[in-house]
Amino acid sequence: MNLRQTIRHAAADRVAAHRRPRVLPVLMWAYVVWSLVPVAIAVLFSFNDGRSRTVWQGFSLRWWTGDPNASLLHDESLRTATINSLVLAALTIIITLPLGTALAVGTYRWRSRGSTSANSLVTAPVITPELVVGASLLLVFTHLYAMIPLGLPAQLLGHITFNLSAVVVTIRARLAMIGGSYEEAARDLGASRMQAVRFVLLPLLQPAIVASVVIVFATSIDDFVISSFLSTGAASETVPVRIYGAVRSASSPSLNALATLLVLISITALFLGIVALWAIRRRQGENVSLRTVLAEVTQADA
Amino acid sequence: MNAQPITHRDRVWRVIATPGIAWLVALFVVPFYAVACVAFGRIDPIFRSAAPEWNPLAWDATTAVGVLGDISNGPLRGVLLRTVVFVVVAVLISFIIGYPVAYYLARHAGRRRTLLLALVVLPFWVSYLMRMLAWVNLLQPDGFGSRALRLIGLDRVWLDGSATTVVLGLVYGYVPFLILPLYATLERIDWRLVDAARDLGASSRQAFWRVTLPLSKPGIAAGALLLALPMLGDYYTNDLLSRSPNTEMLGNQIDFFLNAGTQPQRGATLVLVLALMLAVGASWYVRSVVRQVAEATR
Repeated sequence: MNLRQTIRHAAADRVAAHRRPRVLPVLMWAYVVWSLVPVAIAVLFSFNDGRSRTVWQGFSLRWWTGDPNASLLHDESLRTATINSLVLAALTIIITLPLGTALAVGTYRWRSRGSTSANSLVTAPVITPELVVGASLLLVFTHLYAMIPLGLPAQLLGHITFNLSAVVVTIRARLAMIGGSYEEAARDLGASRMQAVRFVLLPLLQPAIVASVVIVFATSIDDFVISSFLSTGAASETVPVRIYGAVRSASSPSLNALATLLVLISITALFLGIVALWAIRRRQGENVSLRTVLAEVTQADA
Repeated sequence: MNAQPITHRDRVWRVIATPGIAWLVALFVVPFYAVACVAFGRIDPIFRSAAPEWNPLAWDATTAVGVLGDISNGPLRGVLLRTVVFVVVAVLISFIIGYPVAYYLARHAGRRRTLLLALVVLPFWVSYLMRMLAWVNLLQPDGFGSRALRLIGLDRVWLDGSATTVVLGLVYGYVPFLILPLYATLERIDWRLVDAARDLGASSRQAFWRVTLPLSKPGIAAGALLLALPMLGDYYTNDLLSRSPNTEMLGNQIDFFLNAGTQPQRGATLVLVLALMLAVGASWYVRSVVRQVAEATR
């Protein structure tokens, strides 16, 4: 075999090695279909004309607005659950954001004695399952912090606690990207340490803060375990708690409508977050397209 | 500025971190201590409610010993064993589904990558309960899923006590948590190493087993942990898809004893058992990361 033949064989091998896979794309799309179609069917059934959640009986808005008693618009308990979820998520954001941002900046810079235990304390809630957090909060609220009643107040404290670490992780990732040089420059130009934080660091942190808002909102509104452990019945039911309670008992497609509304709310929040991120970066002088921001957000999620 | 003693610079950051730290101590550490105090406390003789013992010197281990006895050779042994088997099988199935997806995304998705990633991330924005609700509807005897499965010869009751349904429910619920860390690791792999292996005569299968797979180890470890931890503490998937004692897991027992039953002490002890299992898993993960870092820097 002469040299030319050898090279040709090697080239053919390389082509074979890089031939487009056939099975993998099929698996990929099969996965996408499997993961999303069941949800799509559940959404579809919220528009079912009949009472069934399994047999299609024609399209109607009966379970959204039409039915005078059982529709999402008119059923008191479904409305309460929706409002509870939104109020809880909003309050959680308002308190978690400043608390988490300060905690992230503080633990990121603090390097001396005590910082190791502070860091493990901040990371521990990330890997603790919600069942453990929910159960321990239930016990502490019933036995030690008796002044905090179960229901919305306890749920709020619980949601803040398990979202705090997620905020810290998000903000610290951004802090690592920013580095210390901008603040040092501000200090060299005569800013005090707090001024440097206020006028240099916080504006640079804005994208991470927006991302945190979206993450906290979505986590809080989707949370089931903590809300359920700390709820006191119908008055403090959130949407996931309501779905859990009603899934297996015979009920109407208004439950599907409620779940669909929750999905719409989360996805709207995500979309608004992406637009806000885009607007911030435009204002800070970057010429990015909305499409680029979208691509970056999905990459960063990974 | 640099002349300032380091401790002084540090104090500012410590002050800034203090409210958050205090919050976590009051609402994460103290509650966990309260679990131990309930587990090692007493039961109020009149109200049958828990009477926690706050002084660790006076802890009473009667209930805890009883629960440990039930675990080693009593009614809880089956539950604990089932929990471990369900989680292990669910994690393995998740890898069989998730690895090819993450691999395709990282290596072959090309121009479609953003679209596909968005589709893979999308389930995170759909409430977990909604995703289970979807399957409850599909698997009702007259649901689309049951009817489709009947067409291919699988005619059975899927809800109410099927272990298969519970395990697949766990897989469906948590597999996105696996795909993202796997993708993040695979995406950073230098594929020239795989090309080099091929050029040196490895078959594509050999190149995968001896180059790609070892390089994706960090993602595999992180994914396995991110998957196993929430699955171990899951009780709602089981409740929604089965609600039968035949498929009960540790989480269901905890939920039952704390939320419905009159034995908070037993519930609290089981929370401690669960936390112990998680601590073992987490420390295994930390050790494997440390080892990998050590190997990489050697």
